[in-house]
This record gives sequence, structure tokens and C-alpha cells, in this order.
Amino acid sequence: MFQTIAEVIDKKILTDQIILLSFKSKILAENAKPGQFVNIRVSETCYPYLRRPFSFCDVENDLIKILFTVSGQGTKALAEAIIGSKFDIIGPLGNGFTLVDDFQDAIFVGGGLGIAPFPFLTKFISKNKNIYTYIGARNKNYIVTYGLKNYRIATDDGSLGFKGNVVELLKQDLVNNSFREKIKIFGCGPTQMLRSLKLLCEEFNLNCEVSTEAAMACGFGICQGCPIESADSSGYKLVCKDGPVFNINEIKL
Amino acid sequence: MSEVNLKVNLGKLVLKNPVLVASGTFGYGIESHDFLDVNQLGGIITKSLSLKPRIGNPPQRIAETPSGMLNTIGLANIGVERFIMEKLPELVKLNTTIIVNIAASTVDEYVECVKILDREKVDAFEINVSCPNVKEGGLEFGRDLNKVGEITSKVVASTNKPVIIKLTPNVTAISEFARVAKEEGATAVSAINTFIGMAVNVYTRKPKLSRITGGLSGPAIRPLALAKVFEIIQKVDIPVIGIGGITNFEDALEFLIVGAKAIQIGTHNFVDPSSPIKIIEGIKKHLIKFDLNDINQLIGTLQVDQ
Repeated sequence: MFQTIAEVIDKKILTDQIILLSFKSKILAENAKPGQFVNIRVSETCYPYLRRPFSFCDVENDLIKILFTVSGQGTKALAEAIIGSKFDIIGPLGNGFTLVDDFQDAIFVGGGLGIAPFPFLTKFISKNKNIYTYIGARNKNYIVTYGLKNYRIATDDGSLGFKGNVVELLKQDLVNNSFREKIKIFGCGPTQMLRSLKLLCEEFNLNCEVSTEAAMACGFGICQGCPIESADSSGYKLVCKDGPVFNINEIKL
Repeated sequence: MSEVNLKVNLGKLVLKNPVLVASGTFGYGIESHDFLDVNQLGGIITKSLSLKPRIGNPPQRIAETPSGMLNTIGLANIGVERFIMEKLPELVKLNTTIIVNIAASTVDEYVECVKILDREKVDAFEINVSCPNVKEGGLEFGRDLNKVGEITSKVVASTNKPVIIKLTPNVTAISEFARVAKEEGATAVSAINTFIGMAVNVYTRKPKLSRITGGLSGPAIRPLALAKVFEIIQKVDIPVIGIGGITNFEDALEFLIVGAKAIQIGTHNFVDPSSPIKIIEGIKKHLIKFDLNDINQLIGTLQVDQ
């Protein structure tokens, strides 16, 4: 983990709602793994006070990129950041995705901003494996395809691609045997989507890791503010330190 | 740079400088090493330990509020035994004062925790009688003068190490509690723990915290905390450790000038984990700037116009 000052190098408005922000930080770029995150101090004043966590969306040379939509004071401050401004960033934090398992096809399932970790993850999937990306959102204004390969789209209102949720779309393709024998699912999105994904994985007996999200303060395990219940009801795991990536069977959703 | 003395004495507890890190904001003392040299701290106060492990409260445990945060962690901790086995061996290697914070549901549990830890290489105890987020113990004790007196006297009788009582601000007269702590033999008091607070999501009409109310911390409470410390300093002759919303050296100096012998950095450890070191450096520079060579020349020097 490092605490470092990083400069905003680029800001791209991907859709009406979604922004891709690039920071220059050699130390974070060199140490980042897909699925890990950074915790950004969005203001030097006391309001907003707490840092805001973001997955590494992409890493390119000495740039790290985050993806977000304006949803409160913290993301508003970031959206208003001018090129050249500097932010205090902590990272890389948490555990990333496991990539050593035995699988032939990687299936990414992202709901809304849940696609955030996948552009970076895409770069880590070896060439002999296929990547299939399933992108879901409420409507076409929230669909982002930045850095994604071989994707299919689902929107709740049918304004783009399949009308319905992204897990239903994946289920159709599973039923139609669209994949090779050994597959691994990588999921990220709202809890409702992860719940559906968990049921799907149980039905088809699939290996699946999900990246979870929680309100947090520190990002490295000391505030204990981001619990997620263990599947065996023994207590809680911390999203920041034990996750944010979990095997879908480890946690209650 | 000329030498400046930062050493402070709180009765039998001596700290190499007045900057401590508050319980619950620094884990078990070994998690933040990537961000700062913990050996430079005046001391570390561990997360509250109970006799048995506690899993803590369900989510949502935290909510941000203007210049602060609410929490209802619920004293999630690994318990005294695992602390001794897994964390303490790393902690004792450090060149700083180790203060273990104890939380309990009964008077006997406090005493038992202290007796077990008394045999270990810890320097002092801070007794949490002020957690707003548990059903038993916590505030129920901290708001009862007799209970605070009983806990203090029994804990003090079980150890020769310094005992600090951490007080709640959620009472009418905090100085009364400081007085009882002093009378029963406490070395010092920490003031303050969090204020009870609440926040509601107006779109769902649900409370933002799982336990509805929680403890408010952060810069929002600093003026309130300072007034509580001032009240104790005015009325009771016991060393006070000031806590509440400290983010930089000037915030720290406010408490010291009012008369606190030491301070704790709490919530700000989440926001800027290297801040305790910046605060120590800031205090040093301030002393030099004002031609002072000893922090004790500044402590309790509030200038009040008559």
C-alpha cells in the first residue's frame, strides 16, 4: 500500500452520465492488480471528509484510470477536477481477481458501473482463453464499452441490445452451450445483480468470483466499516481487506 | 534544528510526545505501517478488546455526515487471547508506548481482561466505558457515576499499570465523571468518545445506520470536544488526554493550550493515515517558531481576558 499524490492527466466523458478519469502515478500503476482499488481524498477541506474508493478500471504505462458517475459530493468533486490538479491517493488496496484457476473461457458480467474493473482485467486474461463480456444497465445512457472485448449488451428498458437483465442474457447463452467446457465467471455490479448471478452459478455449477462494493472509510481494514456477511454465518468479512473480490460462495448476498 | 522537548508526564504514564492514535482508528497498531513510522508516535491505543471475540454490528456500519462520520461498528474485535497470540508479539517490538483499550459488558469482564493483559508487555490500559454502539456495557456504564467509580476502582486494584478512563460526552456534566475516575485512582482520563448521532436517507426513509443511532466523530465535533476538555480542566485535577476531530497540528495545539497533556488522532487516521507524524512535526515547528523548547511551556496556557 502506498499513499501518494497523483496528477489528473485526462478526463473523458464517456456517456451523459459516466466519466473516465486518468491520474499519473507510476507507483500505483506498477503495483496494481485487476480487482484491486484506490481510495481517493476528493477534497482538502473537511466536506466531503472521507475518501472515496474506486476500482482500477484500467492501467496504461504510468496512468491509472477510474470510472464513475456523479452520485454525491465526492464524485462531484472528482467530476469537476481540472487537468493538472492533484489528489492524495491510497492504493493498491484489497485483493484482486484470481487468475490461476483452470478455465478456458472468461465471462465478465457487469451491471452499470460494475464493468469498471473489466478493462484492466481483460489485459490479464491469457491469449489462449476467450473473453465474453456481458454489459447490463438501466438504459443506453449507462452503457460503457471502453476497453471491453466481445461484448453483449442488455438494458432494462430495451433501449440498446437485449431487453431485460444481464444475467438473463447470460443464462440464454449458457442454455445454448455457447461456451467451452471450463468457464469462469467474473461479476461486478449491484447487489441485486450479484444475487441473480449467485443463483445462476448454483444452477449451472459455475466457478465465479465477484467484486463487491461497500461504503468504507479507511480502505485498509482499520475502521471495520465495510462488513459483508460470511456465507457460513460465522460473522463478517471486510470488503476492503478480505475483498473486494470474493468467491461467490464465500459471502451472503 | 534545535532540540525541542516533547515529553509529557501524565502521572505515572510518561509519553515521548503528546500525540497518540485513538482506539478504533488504528486497528491493532500494526496495519498502518506502510503509511507512517509508528515508532515516532507518542503511543498507540489499540482497538477495544473484549474477553471473547465480538463479530460487531451488521452493515450499514458507517455514514458520512458534514465534516464527520457516524459509526456503529459494535466493538468488532478478536478478543484478548488472540490479541496476545497474534498481534502483541509485533507490537512489543515497537519503540512506542502501547496502551490497550478494554471494552466489556460487565464489571468482572473488565477486571478479567486487565488481569490477563497485566502479565504482558503493555504499558497502560484505557478503559472504554463510553461506546454508544453496544447493548450492554458501553454508555450504560459511562452515564452512571457509581458504575464508572466501581469499574475504575476494581481495574486500578488489578494492575500496577496506569489506567486511563475514556469518558463519554453524552452526559450533562463530564467533569463529575472525571472526578470519580480521579477519586478511584485513575491515572488520567481520555475525553471524549463519540457523540450519539443519527442520519436518515430521505428517499428510503430508513436510518443510514443499521442500529439507527451511532457515534459521531470527525472535525464536526472538535469544538464540542474542546469545551468538554476545558470543563474537566477547570474542575478536576487529573491529566486529560484530548480527543475529537483533530486533523492537524493547530487542532492538536488547541487541546494542549486548553490544558490536555496529550491528544489522540482518531477519525483522521482514516482520511490521512500519515497525519499523526505531520502533526508531531507541526507541533515541533510551532514551538521553535515561538522560541519555546518544551511542549510543557505551552500546555495549559490558555490566555483568558479577565
